Amino acid sequence: MSHLPVADFATDFDHTDAAWVNDPYPIYEDLRARCPVAHSDRYGGAWLPVRHEDVTAIANDHEHFTSRNVVVNEGRPGPQAPPAPIGVAPPITSDPPFHQLARRLLLPAFSPKAINELEGYTRELCTQLLDGLGDVDHLDAAVDYAQHIPVGVIAKMLGFPPEDGDLFRGFVHIILEGVDLPFEERIASFEPLGAYFEAQIIDHQEHPRDDLTDFLLNVEMNGQRLEMRHVFGTMVLLLAAGIDTTWSAIGASIWHLARTKADRTRLVDEPELMPIAIEELLRAYAPVTMARLVKEDFDFQGHPMKKDDWVLLSFPAANRDPGVFERADEVVIDREVNRHAAFGLGVHRCVGSNLARMELRVALECFLERFPEFHLADESAVTWARGQVRGPRTLPLVVG
Amino acid sequence: MRVTIDESRCQGHGRCYSIAPGLFESDDLGNGVVLGDGIVASDQERHAHLAVANCPEGAVRIEGA
Repeated sequence: MSHLPVADFATDFDHTDAAWVNDPYPIYEDLRARCPVAHSDRYGGAWLPVRHEDVTAIANDHEHFTSRNVVVNEGRPGPQAPPAPIGVAPPITSDPPFHQLARRLLLPAFSPKAINELEGYTRELCTQLLDGLGDVDHLDAAVDYAQHIPVGVIAKMLGFPPEDGDLFRGFVHIILEGVDLPFEERIASFEPLGAYFEAQIIDHQEHPRDDLTDFLLNVEMNGQRLEMRHVFGTMVLLLAAGIDTTWSAIGASIWHLARTKADRTRLVDEPELMPIAIEELLRAYAPVTMARLVKEDFDFQGHPMKKDDWVLLSFPAANRDPGVFERADEVVIDREVNRHAAFGLGVHRCVGSNLARMELRVALECFLERFPEFHLADESAVTWARGQVRGPRTLPLVVG
Repeated sequence: MRVTIDESRCQGHGRCYSIAPGLFESDDLGNGVVLGDGIVASDQERHAHLAVANCPEGAVRIEGA
């Protein structure tokens, strides 16, 4: 919005550019052939590797790269920023060794066993959303369906009022999409989020109950309760990382099935294929691009990276690397060999991956059961989120 | 044939125990754990190979194939 259009993504890339937002895959392919690590002076200096091996190398290199900020924007963590190792949203903004301690606390709440217990609630939520549509022949699968599912589930997990869904989505939009605002404006835009979370924390302190917020307020690390900014930051993380990401994965999958009758029919006829199909949809339409900051000046494979340069860590690009995946640019709905990186690589593997998979599977199962036939109402009316999480934000369908 | 998990590489993507629940399970953190001694019965060999081929971190291995 506030940035000039990109002329050449190899030397001037911008992940808020309209061409990238609409269809980033030809850009990755072009850069893979030409670069394969692109550079941009935007955002104060940024790099973009697009090969699977380079993304893997950087994701695992904690000596040269820090996760202190993982959302590319016009600013840098300054003196006012929450100091390392906790960072603004631990553990995603933490580096080893603190990262491991903070992450370990969260993992049991997102283990397969814990997530299985949420499947019934999720299915009920999806069914209610579909029932609430009534007898329709048109709907917006992003607005009327996909966006409500992760909001409902994470609100239940954190013990936040479910009716605050619009508010959460507004907060997440500011965090993830307001990245090209001037830095002061971006910081100021976080204030309502801070006030909301403070109120939720106080409410939980006054009325303890069995949920993730209570857990964070009471859990001990190294024999001590978490610092309040740690609790706060993790709540921000769970909200920001749990909503747009899964909304995007559900929406992109429905978008694909709306355009690909053969895959849709196959999933209706062979529901047992769903777990494999989900992995392929996650590979092909991986919603999340992460980021790192360069710690000190150093040479990455001939590229002179400078301290505080951003690196966009594109798992979507890695997932389309033809050196790793056969027919990388095609959705092969029954692809059996699929070492995809949709949930990241290395120690920051998405904590919520089991939750995301369950939500995606249940959302698609419920949708296909209710609407075995659907197609795009208007291809040109589909809009996509900008920034580091990509998925449809309007997805008008003709159903039935 | 025997399957192993390199714990230093496993990050809990959960692909092995989803694909081959007869060979792997999840621990409390979501990391993969080999069931029993990891010896692969002949009817599980295909699942073992798929678990290796789908681990994003290259943590699942086959020995003595």
